Amino acid sequence: MACLLEAPLRISVLSEVTATSRHYVDRLFDPDPQKVLQGVIDMKNAVIGNNKQKANLIVLGAVPRLLYLLQQSSSSMELRTECAVVLGSLAMGTENNIKSLVDCHIIPALLQGLLSPDLVFIEACLRCLRTVFISPVTPVQLLYTDPTVIPHLMSLLSNSLRTQEYITQIFSHCCKTPEHQTILFNHGAIQNIAPLLISPSYKVRMQALKCFSVLAYENTQVSMTLVNVLVDGELLTQVFVKMMQRDQPIEMQLTAAKCLTYMCRASAIRTDDSCIVLKVRFFPHVLVPRFIISLVILYQWHSFFCFFPLKCDFLLLVQTLPCLVRMCSKEHLLEERVEGAETLAYLMEPDVELQRIASTTDHLVAMLADYFKYPSSVSAITDIKRLDHDLKHAHELRQAAFKLYASLGSNDEEIRKKITETENMMDRIVSGLSESSIKVRLAAVRCLHSLSRSVQQLRTSFHDHAVWKPLMKLLQNAPDEVLVMASSTLCNLLLEFSPSKEPILESGVMELLCSLTQSDSPALRVNGIWALMNMAFQADQKVKVEIVRCLGTEQLFRLLSDPDTNVLMKTLGLLRNLLSQRAHIDQVMSSHGKQIMQAVTLILEAEHSIEVKEQTLCILVNIADGNTAKDLIMTNDDMLQKIKYYMGHSNVKLQLAATFCVSNLIWNEEDGSQERQDKLREMGFVDILHKLTQSSEPNLSDRAKTALQQYLA
Amino acid sequence: MTELGVGSLPLGDPAFNYQEHELNERLKRLYPAVNEEETPLPRSWSPKDKYSYIGLSQNNLRVHYKGHGKNHKDAASVRATHPIPAACGIYYFEVKIVSKGRDGYMGIGLSAQGVNMNRLPGWDKHSYGYHGDDGHSFCSSGTGQPYGPTFTTGDVIGCCVNLINNTCFYTKNGISLGVAFTDLPPNLYPTVGLQTPGEIVDANFGQQPFVFDIEDYMSEWRAKIHGMIARFPIGERLGEWQAVLQNMVSSYLVHHGYCATATAFARATETMIQEDQTSIKNRQRIQKLVLAGRVGEAIEATQQLYPGLLERNPNLLFMLKCRQFVEMVNGTDSEVRCLTIRSPKSQDSYPGSPCLSPHHGASNTHLHTGGSDSPTCSNGVTPPNKSKSHSSSGSIKYPSASSSASSSSSSSPSSINYSESNSSDSTKSQPHSANSTQETSDSEMEIEAEHYTNGVVEGSSARIMNGTYKHEEILQPDDNSIGNGVTDEVCSHSRQLCGGNQAATERMIQFGRELQALNEQLCQEYGKNTTHKKMLQDAFSLLAYSDPWNCPVGQQLDPTQRESLCSALNSAILASADASARSGHGVCSAHGPSPVWFLLLRQSRQLFALAQVQVIVK
Repeated sequence: MACLLEAPLRISVLSEVTATSRHYVDRLFDPDPQKVLQGVIDMKNAVIGNNKQKANLIVLGAVPRLLYLLQQSSSSMELRTECAVVLGSLAMGTENNIKSLVDCHIIPALLQGLLSPDLVFIEACLRCLRTVFISPVTPVQLLYTDPTVIPHLMSLLSNSLRTQEYITQIFSHCCKTPEHQTILFNHGAIQNIAPLLISPSYKVRMQALKCFSVLAYENTQVSMTLVNVLVDGELLTQVFVKMMQRDQPIEMQLTAAKCLTYMCRASAIRTDDSCIVLKVRFFPHVLVPRFIISLVILYQWHSFFCFFPLKCDFLLLVQTLPCLVRMCSKEHLLEERVEGAETLAYLMEPDVELQRIASTTDHLVAMLADYFKYPSSVSAITDIKRLDHDLKHAHELRQAAFKLYASLGSNDEEIRKKITETENMMDRIVSGLSESSIKVRLAAVRCLHSLSRSVQQLRTSFHDHAVWKPLMKLLQNAPDEVLVMASSTLCNLLLEFSPSKEPILESGVMELLCSLTQSDSPALRVNGIWALMNMAFQADQKVKVEIVRCLGTEQLFRLLSDPDTNVLMKTLGLLRNLLSQRAHIDQVMSSHGKQIMQAVTLILEAEHSIEVKEQTLCILVNIADGNTAKDLIMTNDDMLQKIKYYMGHSNVKLQLAATFCVSNLIWNEEDGSQERQDKLREMGFVDILHKLTQSSEPNLSDRAKTALQQYLA
Repeated sequence: MTELGVGSLPLGDPAFNYQEHELNERLKRLYPAVNEEETPLPRSWSPKDKYSYIGLSQNNLRVHYKGHGKNHKDAASVRATHPIPAACGIYYFEVKIVSKGRDGYMGIGLSAQGVNMNRLPGWDKHSYGYHGDDGHSFCSSGTGQPYGPTFTTGDVIGCCVNLINNTCFYTKNGISLGVAFTDLPPNLYPTVGLQTPGEIVDANFGQQPFVFDIEDYMSEWRAKIHGMIARFPIGERLGEWQAVLQNMVSSYLVHHGYCATATAFARATETMIQEDQTSIKNRQRIQKLVLAGRVGEAIEATQQLYPGLLERNPNLLFMLKCRQFVEMVNGTDSEVRCLTIRSPKSQDSYPGSPCLSPHHGASNTHLHTGGSDSPTCSNGVTPPNKSKSHSSSGSIKYPSASSSASSSSSSSPSSINYSESNSSDSTKSQPHSANSTQETSDSEMEIEAEHYTNGVVEGSSARIMNGTYKHEEILQPDDNSIGNGVTDEVCSHSRQLCGGNQAATERMIQFGRELQALNEQLCQEYGKNTTHKKMLQDAFSLLAYSDPWNCPVGQQLDPTQRESLCSALNSAILASADASARSGHGVCSAHGPSPVWFLLLRQSRQLFALAQVQVIVK
């Protein structure tokens, strides 16, 4: 179809070029092999640096003939080599040239050529293959279709500096997925390429280094192996550190830093930690026992603070960090600054200590503000080429800066303050949220999310700049990755103390959040229910009713059986927040009491983590605090037995929650307390309480004593 | 006491020997271009250059605070033994906070010689500091700028001076904090300041490995400079280099008033000198007067030759007058000297003047005796035989000189006479210059300048300094009188105020009153000026001591103190001449003695320092 559309164009081109270029193609068909060779050599000289000529020859069908000559074993080695050289030259042209070459099946033909024993010919083929593979239009999969190719390339690595350069360059451009990494790894890429890092040729060293950076990226297996590799008696990491020295070319410093970053991150990240960004957020907001919250936080922070394992030296990271910070400075190329910032963001993402160091290194926070100054007003005036260049990189620069700010501010309050105090920072984020480039939008919302973890910022700059408005806009029809980030940020904006909570509620966010809870993505479900939970915290009766109405009881109970523990936890949290204040408890329980009690029973009976059970018991605590709602527990002997069971549980947290529940049930000054006390005494609760007063846990024994006092009064 | 400790230690302590050895090795490796015989590197804190609230220990590397620490008035600083040599290119030292003491008001930084030590670094002019309590940087100002994190016990703070681009950055625990100061002046000393009891810091000038990888930073600059040199576009400008170099040399000579050399150079290279010959000579004469301590005459000459110049620069005038007062105390200014000369005492000692010939060559132990001897400043060769001939010829001429000079307080016309007659004498005494007869009209010193070679010194005392003058030579035109004074000192070993003359002292006091009046007038016109006030105060303080030469403010009497004033005056004259030249024929002065060249010259030394290192390393 494409050919048909292009037909008129082709004819016009043909008529123009026939006279000049036809001649070259015709000579390829000469019966005399010597003349053919001369023709190919002339063609080579004609196409060098001449994109028009290249296009002409491709249009005239030179490529199939050249490939034919190249593949013929009857052709002389010289001719075959020259053919490969011409093809390589044609590949140097435009992307369209590459497409045409790939369409003519140049890749299998050249790969076949690599089996030849002639080194010059092999080098010519490799050079051409290299040029084809580094183009973004070539499907990299073509390298892996024939399983014999990779091992053969590995074996060619020892032949010459050129083969080393081309092959490593091909690898570094064709290693795009974990599968590719595994294939290369399994064929001994590390052992074969590692010695090239000390090659006398800079190009070889550089390409080998790039290979390692793509191999190690998010690949634990490769990264763990790399840590122990020796090159000429020296640890690979030390070789990389040397390559980061300041007198090395910038490209080399940057790539070496990338290698180290990827190695450290990959050997540290385990699959269960992969959504580390989502993990640290505000603690669940619930009403009762405050100390339980603190325990929950402790647990969360603990899982967060398991730094890089010892395999990857912390010192190594501290050495890598300043190199990457330097790459962000104004004196470097825009591309280098983008890469430097992105890598740095990735490096320090999980480590607050690195974030603190980076925030003081070389005025990084202020340095990043420069990333937003492209295209500068100067470049617009001085020359159009510069403007074009700046424009092309402006988005990249902005998103890189946002990413780095997001990483910097993800934990430390001081750093967040520093970031928001940077010139026009909040304005930049706000305008970044509505930029056309999805990459910038995503990075901007990540940055906003990072900053939204600060109570102070939520109260001040977030409110002053009405960030909720563009955020709400962003939530409409956004792709999932943006939606995850944006909804996560929204969770924080909906916190009770956030002044943005009111306007967001008024803007009708409820429907959106409820629809998120029905999403296929667990991350979105969590965020949806989390936001609702925050919304329900200390909310008016009206809001609570509205949440229940909008979400629908059916959906609410469906979420209680969600396979994702996070979703379950937040749903329980929502229930707890809905069941706060006596009047609200009674109201909700009177309308949904049966279902809630059922759900609670189910969860307590099922296999769940301590945290889930604890949350569930906390719901019972709240229910027990109601006036009429109490009866739902008191009349449910099964439930009372469960409470009794948990009072004797081995886990203190559960014991405590259960004791709280009992304490609420037998509280004096409330109607019918006497009957409840009697009933529980009959059931043997008093004995258990007596036992608990002997507990070594001060909180627990105190609570048990308080409960027993109710009997004395 | 501490010095004694240092002296006794090397014998018995192998650890110290080892440290000393390591220090030498490291300094050699870091700063290979530095010649320590010429410009020693800082190796410890100076037990002399510190405020009394500072205590030193551990080979003068540990600093502790021993004052009251009540408020900022109790701040105290200490400087290193030597300034940072320019040839370092990049200089680095570290300070470890052993204890933050009560409040941790610690400042780490740099300061120039003479900056008040009763302060934290950064608060005063030519002083720069990074303070631990707030993390702010202080750039010659009492108010800091937000700069880096705070620092406290256990932290290691590094300070790196980049003499190539004149910036400074700090490091904390091996992490660079980014540029803190730009446009730093030369010759800064590593400095620390403390302010509350219990504060203790340890310096590392290279005794131990640095926490920050300074060698990596140096290697970056080395690579940068190498690349800069390698990539420097030459192309069609290949032929211009000679012209550029010639222009550089010529403008240097003209700027410093080496008139004859400049003319000879111009003739040899067939280039043009922009400035008029007489103008160069005038400038030179005024400079000589200042350097000779005859500031009064210098002022008059300036007023006469460049009318309106000093009126336009009231600050300069004030500085000159202040200096004049100091020189009166010194007994070198003509207003008091003409009085002193007639004193019987100096007459008596006069016959002894021939005996001072060895003084020029060998009396190096006698530092700063009067205005004539300045072993610290030299721009070249001092042929001893010549000074001998001068003193003898001068001594014959002396009586007539004094009679003509004594008739008026201003001796500037007469001094010209002297120099001419003197120089003709001296030229005769030098066979080689006798054949160039047209140059005899030049002052003798300029002829000498022709065979000056930068950096070649005869005798052991002189330090090589580019662009400073040998006072002695300038004084030769009338060294009779000064020689007289010197002899006096040599014989009696006691210098007296205004040469001990009553009339001169009275004149001096009167002049002091005039100066005070001038200051008040300036205050009214331009507002209060603390620098002036300080200057005046220091000058007047001299009178409070029985022996002004050996008092806390005695430094002022040192002839080397004249140099900065001299160059300020020279620059002012050049600036005014430049402006007038531009207004007349603008194009002509396009390549005048522009300060850019000197900047380049200065920088090239530092660039060279690094480029050279590379060569050595290779």
